Amino acid sequence: MFEITKMDGDNPVKFMDYRKHTTWLSIVFAVIALTSLTINKLNWGLDFTGGTLVEVSFSQAADLPKLRDVLADNSFDDAVVQSYGTPQDVLVRIPPRDTAEAESIGEQLLTLLQAEIDSNIVMRRVEFVGPQVGDELAEAGALAILVAMICILAYVSFRFEWRLAMSAVAGLFQDVLMILGVFSLLQIEIDLTILAALLAVIGYSLNDSIVVADRIRENFRLLRKETPVSVFNISISQTMSRTLITSLTTLLVLVTLFFFGGPMIEGFSIAMIIGVVVGTYSSVFTRSTLALALGISRENLMPPEVEKEGEDQEVLL
Amino acid sequence: MLNRYPLWKNLVILAVVLFCALYALPNIYGEDHAVQVSATRGGEVTTQTLQQVESALQREGISPRGITFENDQILVRVNSDTEQLAARETLVKELGSQYIVALNLAPATPSWLDKIGGMPLKLGLDLRGGVHFLMEVDMNEALTKMHDQMLTTVRDRLIEERVRYLSVADNDGDLVVQLRTDEDFQRAVSLLRNQYQGYTTELDASTNTMRLVMTEAQLQEIRSNAIEQNITILRNRVDELGVAEPLIQRQGQDRIVVELPGVQDTARAKEILGATATLEFRFVDTKNDLRDALEGRVPFGSKLYNQRGGGQVLTEGRVILTGDHIVNASTSYDENGRPQVNINLDSAGGRLMSQATASRIGDPMATVFIEFVATGEKTPEGRIAFDRIEEVVSVATIQARLGSSFRITGVGGIQEAQNLALLLRAGALIAPIQIVEERTVGPSLGADNVRAGLTAILAGFVLVLLFMGIYYRKFGFVANLALLTNLVMIVGIMSLIPGATLTMPGMAGILLTVGMAVDANVIIFERIREELKEGRSPQQAISRGYENALTTIADANITTLITALILFAVGTGSIKGFAVTLGIGIATSMFTAITGTRAVINLTWGRQKRLTELSI
Repeated sequence: MFEITKMDGDNPVKFMDYRKHTTWLSIVFAVIALTSLTINKLNWGLDFTGGTLVEVSFSQAADLPKLRDVLADNSFDDAVVQSYGTPQDVLVRIPPRDTAEAESIGEQLLTLLQAEIDSNIVMRRVEFVGPQVGDELAEAGALAILVAMICILAYVSFRFEWRLAMSAVAGLFQDVLMILGVFSLLQIEIDLTILAALLAVIGYSLNDSIVVADRIRENFRLLRKETPVSVFNISISQTMSRTLITSLTTLLVLVTLFFFGGPMIEGFSIAMIIGVVVGTYSSVFTRSTLALALGISRENLMPPEVEKEGEDQEVLL
Repeated sequence: MLNRYPLWKNLVILAVVLFCALYALPNIYGEDHAVQVSATRGGEVTTQTLQQVESALQREGISPRGITFENDQILVRVNSDTEQLAARETLVKELGSQYIVALNLAPATPSWLDKIGGMPLKLGLDLRGGVHFLMEVDMNEALTKMHDQMLTTVRDRLIEERVRYLSVADNDGDLVVQLRTDEDFQRAVSLLRNQYQGYTTELDASTNTMRLVMTEAQLQEIRSNAIEQNITILRNRVDELGVAEPLIQRQGQDRIVVELPGVQDTARAKEILGATATLEFRFVDTKNDLRDALEGRVPFGSKLYNQRGGGQVLTEGRVILTGDHIVNASTSYDENGRPQVNINLDSAGGRLMSQATASRIGDPMATVFIEFVATGEKTPEGRIAFDRIEEVVSVATIQARLGSSFRITGVGGIQEAQNLALLLRAGALIAPIQIVEERTVGPSLGADNVRAGLTAILAGFVLVLLFMGIYYRKFGFVANLALLTNLVMIVGIMSLIPGATLTMPGMAGILLTVGMAVDANVIIFERIREELKEGRSPQQAISRGYENALTTIADANITTLITALILFAVGTGSIKGFAVTLGIGIATSMFTAITGTRAVINLTWGRQKRLTELSI
């Protein structure tokens, strides 16, 4: 049989011995991400800033400098032009304008390009988002992530224990921070699909840590003589091959999505790929380290004594 | 036996899978180009219409693939998109303005599948192309209308009862009645106090002032009514545009979502949907001098208007009739070849018109066109401010006592006449609307998205299948079988749920569930391997592996389900599509990866008594 790793419960790797190092690693990355977020900020897309976006397809490779000149000459000097996917496809963005005609900018632009550059131009996409809608979408997005984390905190506390729940959510913060950090460093645009990716990563990463947490709980009950640190090491080692295989299959589909899914879904796949990598790291190191630091012990994970209703009654039959 | 499912359990699993597969089936038949005929106001689709359609198409040499008459609609299936356009043109000419002829794509589902409710997946706008509008209704205007109406009611009531008042005025939404004497005040109070639903009365005896304040409930109702009425009118207008399967629904307090699949000409769509035009008919004031009015001395009760194309018109204060009485409007040319709009009124409108014009034959009547135009400035609340633009579009001499049908001329070119007729037919918006979000996807991008999404799903799927087959050998193939079943089930269930649409992020969601669905099997198989290493017999290892993995899988999936639910709650459009596929995918993957694989494994290995090795 094929095995992705030889480690298991009998020959565990002492992951938790490295927890000082990984903590420093996490801190360094967090600082880099935060620095970039403060200096570079995030490249908010149209969904959140408002404005107009037009994607057109020319019959041959587009002459971008000429296109920019034409736009500048026609009071679209604030337009940002970039090619999109193929040389024929061009994306034109216009920042939000505070006039009533804002909603018809897309059509004005199309008419202009048709008249001045290429009469066979094909309209691929026009998006207009009013500033008030953009603010609302940003608000709703932040709220969604917050609510997701709170719900998860509640669920994991209910199913496991608050120390594990806290560390699980801390891991999620790390995942989200790392994704946003990379997006800020590379100035990749944040649109609504990125929001979906962030939430999907939260789901995925949690999936990972619950599998580990479940094993930790089980092992605390089984291995009564081991210290918490060694219970963690054994549990992580036992679940390692599953962790790696699932990450691998998920990465497989994400990479195909990145290459074949088209430019609209590119940001989504990048965010998910980073998320899966960081999520795997955080569920192995960050969460375990934090749970140990919070002083998790065998007693915390013992099943509460439940008195079943009617247990003391004689069975009639 | 350890690894046996009872027969009924196997049968249930098989039944569930076959059920989903049955409803996934319509997706392989594709879609026909089609033209859809339905009736608008005043029209009715009958078997006669059907014959008309058939003979018209035959005359033009179009041989349809099939014609059906169902749910008051005629659906003509044709062979190509060029034939589709030709068919529409023919039918528009043949049937006239009482029918809506729209282009559509009709699923080519066989009739037996159709009968049991089988339908292909509904594609979102990002995959099939079309326009999505989010519109905001300007409530101030709706409220102003209500205030004006109330003002008139109260004044009339006081005059009727001969109560002399100093003033009745609108003060920031409240109606303030100021009276001269204590005696008048007492009479007014007894007349007006608690007489009007939705208003509370505040009294101030020291100044003889009475204040009618609108209640919060009334305010809410006016808002709701304004939105509902606007939605009805938008629906009429969309019908006029000839769009198949439009979506028009309320979103939040004061917004309306309009989705028009397949529409490309957004400029025209916007012009028609956003227009807030209506008409008023007034007599021209011939007793007073226009020149005086122009110098600023507009006689009390009269109104001064600009006339389209230059000049001014002075009219009487009284409105003979407003646009809401119009039931139909069409265009034609008058004797001089100029475009005119023919108007039909409802019976109440006809009576009003007839009474008003009976004694005024020979007098000129003005048609006032009222439109709300965005000013480009914002109100303090950050909304777009609208200007009410009123102009006289035609002045015509009343030739005879007018009834419920008459015509107006001088409205401009034929295009303007047609637009005016369309707007009058569809009714006037109760309050102006502003487009706050627009997303248009062209058909080429939609097709590209479908292609890219399918390629990615296929490629990702094949890679995962290969990996699982190599890594877990025979058990891997069982997992792969589950994965395939999972895909069929997602498609089947999505096709079955009426509200579920497939979007581009939704396709990413499907691919993601493929990646994550194997997770459950990986957890189970790794457990089985561990059990085997610990020296358990294969049968025991299978049984314990499934048992121990179950809670882990459940916990892990429930948290993902939570995030999917949250995404569904806050997301719009394509993001909702992602949440839907993710949610459905998690549910089906739990079924296929746990129950489904167990059934297959039990059937394959569960009966072997002397099983010494597992291919895992």
